[in-house]
Amino acid sequence: MTAGTDRLSQLAISPSGFIFDPRSGSTFTVNEPARFILEAIRDGLGLDAIVKTLNDHFAAGAADLRRDTLEFARRLRDSGLLPTDFELV
Amino acid sequence: MAVFTGTVAVTGLNATDNPGPGVPVVRALRSSPEFAGRIIGLAYDAMDPGLFLPDLLDGAMLIPYPSAGRDALFARLAHARRTFGVDVLIPTLDSELPALCDHEHVLRAMGIGVYLPTRAQYDMRSKARLFELCENHDVPVPRSEVLNDPNALYSIHERFSFPIAVKGVFYGATIAYSASEAVAAFHKQAAEWGLPIIVQEFVAGEELNVAAIGDGEGGLIGAVPMKKLMLTKQGKGWAGVTIHDAPLMALARRAVAAMKWRGPLELEVIRDAAGGYHLLEINPRFPAWVDLSAGAGQNLPLACARLAAGESVGTLPDYRVGAAFVRASVNQLVDISAFEALTVHGERAKAS
Repeated sequence: MTAGTDRLSQLAISPSGFIFDPRSGSTFTVNEPARFILEAIRDGLGLDAIVKTLNDHFAAGAADLRRDTLEFARRLRDSGLLPTDFELV
Repeated sequence: MAVFTGTVAVTGLNATDNPGPGVPVVRALRSSPEFAGRIIGLAYDAMDPGLFLPDLLDGAMLIPYPSAGRDALFARLAHARRTFGVDVLIPTLDSELPALCDHEHVLRAMGIGVYLPTRAQYDMRSKARLFELCENHDVPVPRSEVLNDPNALYSIHERFSFPIAVKGVFYGATIAYSASEAVAAFHKQAAEWGLPIIVQEFVAGEELNVAAIGDGEGGLIGAVPMKKLMLTKQGKGWAGVTIHDAPLMALARRAVAAMKWRGPLELEVIRDAAGGYHLLEINPRFPAWVDLSAGAGQNLPLACARLAAGESVGTLPDYRVGAAFVRASVNQLVDISAFEALTVHGERAKAS
């Protein structure tokens, strides 16, 4: 766990992409790449490492993967699962 | 723990779109392998839906409405003791408690155990006094005013921003966006529940609830927090899930300690967008979702029955986060004769 990702560590994440937030009671669904990114941020991986690993698993260009990863991190901030000042670097 | 074999009487068997807590209390008891007792439903109306759920009750009896007075109620409870051998009573409606609080000794003399707050505890959490209680004990609560005259609502904008919640003294709340709406809500609530009316600052956010039992000395015997996932038009929870929320539980502990609450209760709390918590109400009984506590591994109704029977329950097990309920509305098919025993004799030995 890294600083600022403790909320992500509390999430119950199913392999199907169904996510339960035990603090808010909210549920989410994510697709496989999003689940992959979420778990990577939770585990403390940086942006380059996430993009590299995504590149090994999904057929997309590095620029797209980088943009999508940053966009997903922003959505996690917006939904309160990451602190508002969290930056993925 | 030892198997519970007593006979438990439960009230509040109306199971409409705004259900009473009686059926969930009974279902929680029935769900436990530690429960081998009998359950008697005490109803106000021969058509209370809980009377007709299959395999729910071992017997049923009509009781007088609270407005009939304590003597009428106690005479009927004495009859329930003689007829059905009732050992324990779990009342589940707010309006029943004033007749029962501070009369535990009378019920015990009859042979009926209860686990209830004192009248002073019951009064201090009333909607009319909640603000004062919370202010005195550092529990966050929306500002409120107690009104007996609707004319005060024409100047309420000087002290509150609209919208405001206009609440009846026992039940019901209307969100009013103007003075005229507030006045209409005042008359509606007053006609139903009488005066006073409570005006409360409206706080937007997520609605969270805690079902609990206080030990009468300021501690919690058990507590299960829940977030509503679906609401009816009346704002009643139609689905919910147990959550892990440390600040919410800390608030619950503070409120129960402030009152030294004894018995079942429910806290209604709003968590605003900034993460602030606001205690909206304290209900002096189990909520209608309390069977979720059993589903989450902390059977609060069974603990209450044991306490009312004079048993010690110790520390209840932790509840499971992620236990959910989804309420259903079903038609129960019965023969018209099912109403007969209760309508004619006021009781029946076995539910249909």
